[in-house]
Amino acid sequence: MNRWALIAIIVGATVASDMLQSWEMKRQGEVTDFRIDRLLGTLLGKLPMIASVVFLAISFYAFLALLQIADLSFAVPATALSIVAETILARILLREQVTPARWAGVVLVAIGVWFLAL
Amino acid sequence: MNSSAPGLQAKTRLFTCIVVLTNVLGNFALSWGMKHGAVMDGSAISFVRVVFDPWVLVGIAILAGWVLSRMALLSWADLSYVIPVTSVGFVLNAIMGYLFLNEQISPMRWLGTLFIVGGTVLVGLTSVNTTGVPTK
Repeated sequence: MNRWALIAIIVGATVASDMLQSWEMKRQGEVTDFRIDRLLGTLLGKLPMIASVVFLAISFYAFLALLQIADLSFAVPATALSIVAETILARILLREQVTPARWAGVVLVAIGVWFLAL
Repeated sequence: MNSSAPGLQAKTRLFTCIVVLTNVLGNFALSWGMKHGAVMDGSAISFVRVVFDPWVLVGIAILAGWVLSRMALLSWADLSYVIPVTSVGFVLNAIMGYLFLNEQISPMRWLGTLFIVGGTVLVGLTSVNTTGVPTK
């Protein structure tokens, strides 16, 4: 599998994990009780959080596979592409308001990843 | 974030350093392990075996520290503070690759990394809550 296919898997799985986490955590409300047993009990009993962990594991294994074939100095910055995908999906699916400054930041990240690809 | 108290400022600086260092060292350990013996060939057993490689195991342990220290930092510091200051990790990862993994980093890759840091900082400077979600 080539490195861009692995990056696509990492970004896709990371985005899916973060979207599920963000959606479920917003539904739960702000965390005020940080006791680990309460946190685990509250969060890991929820289907979206379990799915989120599964996607996180997929992302982790794809990242390991990427590190096997690509430079660290390429792999870590390239995964920042998830910022671009997450912002777009946060706007569409989570209905977050994305300010011009945030779009500008996302464009800079996208340009940065494009430079990595050259 | 109320950072006026000297104690809180010192704690914030300490945890920011921990978050950045654990991220960089954790990724470095994973990278070292995956290039020096750990193998993932697609078989089911290799997915189990790879996480018991000593370097990968060390990387996972350090990254667990990264997750916990980042969660702790986020419990008192703004996300809009945490994202930009920890994005320096992108550059430090590249420096680690250059210094210890003998990676050849082209000017274009350095430039791309700097663009990503700039973009991350810009994202971090924006409001952390744009949906008006009530907090308890």
